[in-house]
Amino acid sequence: MPGSTSVSKSPPIPAGLSRDQLLEIYRFLRLTRVLEERLTALYKQSKVIGGLFRSLGQEGESVASAYALERGRHRDFLSPLIRNLGSLLVMGARPVQILRQYMAKDQSPTRGRELNVHFGDLELGYLGQISHLGDMVPVMAGVTLTFKMRREPRVGLVYIGDGATSTGAFHEGLNFAAVQRCPLVVIGEYNGYAYSTTPDRQFAVTNLADKAKGYGIPAVTVDGNDVLAVYEATKYAVDRARMGKGVHFVEVKTFRRKGHAEHDDQHYVPKEDLERWAKNDPIDRYRRQLVETGWAEARDLEDIDGDVRDEIDQATDACVGEPLPPPESALAGVYAHPAAAERLWFRSASG
Amino acid sequence: MAEITFLEGLRQGLREEMERDDRVFILGEDVGAYGGAFKVTEGFQKQFGEARVIDTPISEAAIVGAAAGAAHLGMRPVAEMQFIDFISCAYDMLTNYVATARYRAGLPTPIVVRGPCGGYVRGGPFHSQNPEAAFFHTPGLKIVYPSTVRDAKGLIKSAIRDEDPVLYLEHKWLYRRIKEQIPEGEEILTPIGSARLARAGTDLSIITYGATVWKSLEAAELLAKEGVSAEVLDLRTLLPLDDDAIIATVKKTNKALIVHEDTRTGGLAGEITARISERAFEWLDGPIMRVTAHDVPLPYAPTLEDFVLPQTDDIVKAARWLASY
Repeated sequence: MPGSTSVSKSPPIPAGLSRDQLLEIYRFLRLTRVLEERLTALYKQSKVIGGLFRSLGQEGESVASAYALERGRHRDFLSPLIRNLGSLLVMGARPVQILRQYMAKDQSPTRGRELNVHFGDLELGYLGQISHLGDMVPVMAGVTLTFKMRREPRVGLVYIGDGATSTGAFHEGLNFAAVQRCPLVVIGEYNGYAYSTTPDRQFAVTNLADKAKGYGIPAVTVDGNDVLAVYEATKYAVDRARMGKGVHFVEVKTFRRKGHAEHDDQHYVPKEDLERWAKNDPIDRYRRQLVETGWAEARDLEDIDGDVRDEIDQATDACVGEPLPPPESALAGVYAHPAAAERLWFRSASG
Repeated sequence: MAEITFLEGLRQGLREEMERDDRVFILGEDVGAYGGAFKVTEGFQKQFGEARVIDTPISEAAIVGAAAGAAHLGMRPVAEMQFIDFISCAYDMLTNYVATARYRAGLPTPIVVRGPCGGYVRGGPFHSQNPEAAFFHTPGLKIVYPSTVRDAKGLIKSAIRDEDPVLYLEHKWLYRRIKEQIPEGEEILTPIGSARLARAGTDLSIITYGATVWKSLEAAELLAKEGVSAEVLDLRTLLPLDDDAIIATVKKTNKALIVHEDTRTGGLAGEITARISERAFEWLDGPIMRVTAHDVPLPYAPTLEDFVLPQTDDIVKAARWLASY
């Protein structure tokens, strides 16, 4: 360590993290990937009801950015997108909840009403997105405006994809948050594709960070597949927001290595790009980094890999046989009052 | 007891709720330093501070979205649309995000979105709209539309206290035209979902809301001189509709005339007609009739606006025809 007289052969602690934290990050990375691989298997067995969205190649930036927040009940707050499963797990969402969501189980967090990662937990501090991209930026502006109004030292983090930076909601929300100096960190994910549309068909700037600068928001661009670089950049932004210095934008350059969803064969993506980015896998890179710097031995990481596989096996076994929600449960909870919508007379009982 | 305007009733309700509950705050365009385009929040920023009366950028989607985010965390935001015509800029945020939040994710979103609506004021196509039909179709929202000073006050207070998102539509033609004695210190909470019998009658029921309550009452007065007794029901809440009150008045008079200022096709009168048909068909002694605006954008010139919007004479004419059916 710098200034240390210790004779330890260990290199400096990267990014101010402890060894346990470095290994915890690795665990979240593996948990994200293995859970998605399990979901892919369940999708092929038609147990996943709707579409399946992978974050292959983006696990690093999702996990590392969320890891820069203070986690726990009533601490920091984030709003993930479809390819931020890793950030949800970091905030405390459990794999069984994700599995239930994808399989539309009655016991899922939304009781079968919403899909995939579209769910939240106000106490643990994450808020499910809706499909209308950009909308979570104004909503998170309101969440962080509330932190500011109540003088709570809490920070919000919201993700936005390269394509969604074209929406009006993104611009309105970013500007609103900038003017109000909300404690908000925006992670701009430049992953090369919005469904099939490339950035050069989406905007005329080179970097997403250029857009943020137009709102008077400091912005930085980092290698999105470098886990510790993303962590450090986000941590800086989070600390700054917590000190009352307002919105900060972190652009992560990464690559979407699967189609928009599992049905999409991504024929529009050049093969050489896929091959190049496969060699730049964030989890492989991070793993090598840990081993090469001596912060972990391959054996430690293999143990974690085994634990993660067991955890996903157990989570799957726990919920795969669970029932779907009873049909009549569709009527409840549109409002606090009345408690349920009117049941139409021609609808017979129980499906 | 002081006589106050509709606008003052609304203002009192807002102020009382902000004094009662420090979770209540206001955000919108020019609501702070200027006090709002119609001065509804005049003096509020001085009384409650800039943190609770927030001047925002011209960004309706951000205003509603930020209100929703704050509401999830336990705040009670009241968002002003400078003119309700601009609520269409927040249509996605209201219908997709806000209205579904409780159902899809168990998220409480107790926000109020309010703003001046309605015509008869030469405002032209973009300062005269009645947006209720666009939102009436959205489960998860509530819509209130007061016509009296008492309800202007009582419904804003109830809307702020409601656990769900409420659109509060305030007709600008009523702002300074309608006055009423309101006892000081009385806590007025008009229940959401409950219509008001504005005038009792026996020959037909005029079912209406907003500014056309007053035009219907005027029509009922003229009809009385001809020996036609018209009952007038002021709906006050549009979503959820007070079905029981609608069915009760139809069963009493056996004839229904629905009057609204909004355009005809896809307007609320169609839904009300369907409900009467389903629940009181055999009680009807005549066709369910509608008096509405013509199906055109609202034009500016007085000659055009007066022609397009429903007038007292139109209501008299339709009621007379229905009474003699």
